[in-house]
Amino acid sequence: MLKLRVNGTEVSYDGDPSVPLLWVLRDELGLTGTKFGCGAALCGACTVHLDGQATRSCTLQVSDAAGHAITTIEGLHPSGDHPVQKAWREANVPQCGYCQAGQIMSAAALLAQNPHPKDEEIHEAMSGNICRCGCYKRIEQAVRVAATGV
Amino acid sequence: MNKIENVSRRFVLKGAAATGGLVLATSVGMRRAMAETVDLSYKTGASAMPHGVVTNPKVFVSIAPDGMVTIIAHRSEMGTGVRTSLPMIVADEMGADWTRCHVQQAVGNEEKYGNQDTDGSRSTRHFLIPMRQIGAAAAAMLASAAAKRWGVDVKDVKVENHEVIHVADGKKLGFGELAAAAAAEPVPPVESLKLKDPSEFRYIRKGKVQIVDLHDITTGHATYGIDAKLPGMKFAVIARPPVVGGKVKSFDASEAMKVPGVEKVVEVKGWPWPSVFQPVGGVAVVARNTGSAIKGREALKIVWDDGPNASYDSAAYRTEMQDAARKGGKVVRNLGDADAALKSADKVITGEYYLPHIAHASMEPPAALANVKDGKIEAWACVQSAGGTRDTLAKTFNMKVDDVTVHPTLLGGGFGRKSKCDFVIEAALLSQAVGAPVKVVWTREDDIQHDFYHTVSFERIEAGVKDGKVVAWKHRSVAPTIGSTFVKGANQQIPIELGMSFVDVPFNIPNIRCENPAIDAHTRIGWFRSVSNIPHGFAQQTFVAELAHALGKDQKEMLLELLGTEGPIDPRKQIDGQLWNYGEPYESYPIDPRRLRGVVEHVAEKAGWGRTVPKGHGLGIAAIRSFVSYIATVVEVAVDDKGNITIPRVDTAIDCGSFVNPERIESQIEGAAVMGISVAKYGSLTFKNGRAEQGNFDTFQVARIDDAPGQTNVWIMDSGWTLPPSGVGEPGVPPFMPALCNAIFAATGKRLRTMPIGDQLKA
Repeated sequence: MLKLRVNGTEVSYDGDPSVPLLWVLRDELGLTGTKFGCGAALCGACTVHLDGQATRSCTLQVSDAAGHAITTIEGLHPSGDHPVQKAWREANVPQCGYCQAGQIMSAAALLAQNPHPKDEEIHEAMSGNICRCGCYKRIEQAVRVAATGV
Repeated sequence: MNKIENVSRRFVLKGAAATGGLVLATSVGMRRAMAETVDLSYKTGASAMPHGVVTNPKVFVSIAPDGMVTIIAHRSEMGTGVRTSLPMIVADEMGADWTRCHVQQAVGNEEKYGNQDTDGSRSTRHFLIPMRQIGAAAAAMLASAAAKRWGVDVKDVKVENHEVIHVADGKKLGFGELAAAAAAEPVPPVESLKLKDPSEFRYIRKGKVQIVDLHDITTGHATYGIDAKLPGMKFAVIARPPVVGGKVKSFDASEAMKVPGVEKVVEVKGWPWPSVFQPVGGVAVVARNTGSAIKGREALKIVWDDGPNASYDSAAYRTEMQDAARKGGKVVRNLGDADAALKSADKVITGEYYLPHIAHASMEPPAALANVKDGKIEAWACVQSAGGTRDTLAKTFNMKVDDVTVHPTLLGGGFGRKSKCDFVIEAALLSQAVGAPVKVVWTREDDIQHDFYHTVSFERIEAGVKDGKVVAWKHRSVAPTIGSTFVKGANQQIPIELGMSFVDVPFNIPNIRCENPAIDAHTRIGWFRSVSNIPHGFAQQTFVAELAHALGKDQKEMLLELLGTEGPIDPRKQIDGQLWNYGEPYESYPIDPRRLRGVVEHVAEKAGWGRTVPKGHGLGIAAIRSFVSYIATVVEVAVDDKGNITIPRVDTAIDCGSFVNPERIESQIEGAAVMGISVAKYGSLTFKNGRAEQGNFDTFQVARIDDAPGQTNVWIMDSGWTLPPSGVGEPGVPPFMPALCNAIFAATGKRLRTMPIGDQLKA
């Protein structure tokens, strides 16, 4: 039995400890805000925070997540009003919206470590997150807005 | 091939399908009393779509006693904003306050709601007027109920901001207070409705309404197909035949069954090729979570029969296509005598272009949850066609449609892939097999290796020039057809493909000949955002720039010269069969080169065409009519000395006639430029031994944030309400790639005729 701390709550999982954290979050715990996109840490849709670090949950064995604080999009802010979430809404970033949880988690981790990133730093931090709808211009704009305060 | 002449994208030949007795159905073309500035007399192809249009407010609008207005969204949301825009039209026309409106997604039921096929950039085009009629009828019923309660003439009341007001004495009744009485009112005939003057609009064209799912999307609470849940559900992935037309010969599940969490291994029925929208079959692993199912699948031992396409090799196929293009074939449009004009020309210019297969790769792969129980099916899925999915499920499982419920979720991107419901049928087959709700998830490899691919294409254009003028245009297009996914042996492009920037070439040239040499398909061909406009348009618009160069003219001037200054051109009598005009009547949506001129001139001015650019930079332009909209794009490219490309700026002008939600138009066009970058820089799906050679985002790359343009400016042509609405979701893609390649030529002198760009500039 694995014990996990997800969004501040302790939960347990009694299945295969070698499956990726992503599927435990989504299929076992019902936290479907974290998305599947590639299963190979190539697209960033599955990004969560592990002790505050942006982490691709699709390639992280669930057993390796035990003992760490796991934060998903659902737990980023109690009312969904994290500055990055607010900035995303102000800039009308999403089209289909599917990748946006991962984008927001990457951006929030970036700003936690680097509150005033330069454009190149934004690009670097966000380059692992694919948006097939092509909302990149607004993503960049929203990160800047979040950095300067909403 | 006659069978697939007049097809909607769903390939259903229902024609003028009957609507039920309970609903008030109308053609959107009826002329009625209206404000003078609004021309509502145009006809669209809406009523020719399966199940046409329904304008009954009782179907689309309900009001709770507390005043909350619920408006049905009957089309699928895949990122265009339609789930917001169409209900917003209803709300505006009925005088509702948007903050007191709630949008409810319709289940699949076209008899009730009208056509639900969300593709072809059609939603606003077909439903602007019907949604206004629904809103106006609801307002009329509220007004009538209030007038009766007050005992006054209905002419003395007005509906505004969620209230009905007695104009003379200012007394008011809220929508909630009137809800029950209004619902009891008869639905007024469409002819009696008075639609608002546009000056009265509060939301339409204001661009201030945010998408209804914005908060849910940013907090992880939005539900996509992959997120659907039921108690006791199982999770499945399927190993599918690696070659289209192949099947399972034998399999051994013993190792897979040893994987922790795996509960069952089931063979999935496959339909013979061409399988239309049905599953291709395979072996499914059902488990307690998707991760365990994927691990179980890796442990399966399957022997495949690869079938008739086992030798498909895209490199060899390219040669086959090229040979066919050089040889010629079926004439699909003929004006004058292009061959004679080419012979007597002073100069003949030829261009050959190759564009590969592309996978859709929506960020949410196909995924569906189905529960087959007690002779009924209930499914939740990211489908573009909820009604069509329901019909296909009923037919496949031999059930009555009333026993099938399809809940369309949000779509994590669609781009045409999710018009096909194969993955929903897979989920239902598995639910039936295991006796529990089953969610099928396609992994990224599944998605890229078993897609309904964008066609591969070889295009050849020859032009004859005499006395400095282009007098002949001869275009041959060779591409496996979408028709081959539906009809065995189909080997020529069907009208929907021919009508996309090929036989409808909008140039005023006296001799035009279009030929479509035959070619057999060896994989599943589907439609990808903007479809054949991508290859046809790339060839056409690159070739215009090649002509400009050969004749020493400016690209833009060359384009304008070919477009001419005349009014609509009508190629219908020059075409073999019918001109497919995006399903629209030609009279409402003629091919009008003047509107293309309009966007070319506008975007050229806005982008500063002709301006001096830094060394290594170049400007390129392209203009394409697609989905009955007119779009022109100017790309500024920067190519460094290593051959790396960046795109400092893109300007696009779109003339989509009357429009509703400019903010979402901008987002679509911004996104289309990025998708254009993906297609141009990376997009390539190749085959060897019948198998797709790419599998994930490492080998099938798409644009990332660094690839995006530094600046994307969107210019929406404002013609008031004088023109009928036209497409937005798709038209942004086709002009981008030729504009980019024309810019690269301006920057480097290198003409790119094979896509993607890949390493071609790095040599």
